[in-house]
Amino acid sequence: MYELIIIGGGPAGMTAAVYAARKQLNTLLISSDIGGQGLTTWLIENYMGYQFIGGHELMQKFEEQVKQFPTTVKLEVGKTVERLSKTDGGFEIRTHNGETYQARAVILATGKSPRKLNVPGENELLGRGVTYCAICDGPIFADLKVAIIGGGNSGVEAANDMVKIAEHVYLISLTALTADRILIDKLENAGNLTVFTEHEVLEIKGESRVEGVKIRDLNSKQEKTLAVDGVFVEIGLIPNSDLAAELVAPNRLGEVQVDCGNETGVPGLFGAGDVTSVPGKQIVIAAGEGAKAALQAHHYLQRLRD
Amino acid sequence: MVREVKLYTSPTCPYCKMAKKFLDDNGVKYQEFNIAEDKAAREEMKNKCSSLAVPTICFDDQVLVGFDEAKLKEKLGL
Repeated sequence: MYELIIIGGGPAGMTAAVYAARKQLNTLLISSDIGGQGLTTWLIENYMGYQFIGGHELMQKFEEQVKQFPTTVKLEVGKTVERLSKTDGGFEIRTHNGETYQARAVILATGKSPRKLNVPGENELLGRGVTYCAICDGPIFADLKVAIIGGGNSGVEAANDMVKIAEHVYLISLTALTADRILIDKLENAGNLTVFTEHEVLEIKGESRVEGVKIRDLNSKQEKTLAVDGVFVEIGLIPNSDLAAELVAPNRLGEVQVDCGNETGVPGLFGAGDVTSVPGKQIVIAAGEGAKAALQAHHYLQRLRD
Repeated sequence: MVREVKLYTSPTCPYCKMAKKFLDDNGVKYQEFNIAEDKAAREEMKNKCSSLAVPTICFDDQVLVGFDEAKLKEKLGL
């Protein structure tokens, strides 16, 4: 049995691991990947100590730091935790391949994932024209037609990138564009862009790959199908709080509610980073919260011993 | 066993970097194609591998889309 299990290998989880190691807590960090959302930012310009640094590079530095403590922190990467439950002596987690691990305390640092449209065709055509990573897959659609769903910063940023290389870009938003003015202004002179505001997506069409997207005008209720080869879904993120749902009810945003000491209300269960109710979804904040959560977990474990 | 591993990447894709690091760390030899620059490779990935996402890793008759460490290990027999 571990003293502490940290679920999640992003900035919050890795920072928690370093703090736990420095407190000599016998710790398991378990995660499907190392870096989490830190990897999805191409360039970071607001992590203190670096004027700018690549997300991937910063996460590698985090990983190296965690690996300084091989005897206290065990890493299990490539494993998805599917269940978290309470036991007499603490908690048990179960992974996708049926393995179980036990600990006296748990830090949930599971971050957020891209929000889905939840329309027909979306899951079926994932990787076959539907993408949630515009910076990854954008270049594949050079000289093709794409629809970008979402009028926030990430959608409009993707549109800015794609108008340079795609044959035509459709930008589709449920509301008026909500991105920063500076990003919207950059799109002004694009001759290969059509913007549909106050439109919803009804369906992504295609057999073996994306062939079109069906949209509906929220006001006139008129429907139309745009012929496209790619659909970029950029409609924000949702907290990965399902795992905790058995033990703590999420707040109205779907986040794990924590107090200023990262406590969830369940003794021994702590939360850190973007999955929690702490405002400000930033790497520097997630890292700080991870540190706090590990220190609180240490206090908790000490009290158990006393 | 020597096999031909092809890795299709884009320069701004973090998961591609993870895939490269994984292959390097495990001593797997591969050929990398930057689909942002190399149009022929882009078409090959789309048509031969039926993939519209990076990283795409092709070897034998396998096509793995995205970076999934567990799956890669299993399919490469590492």
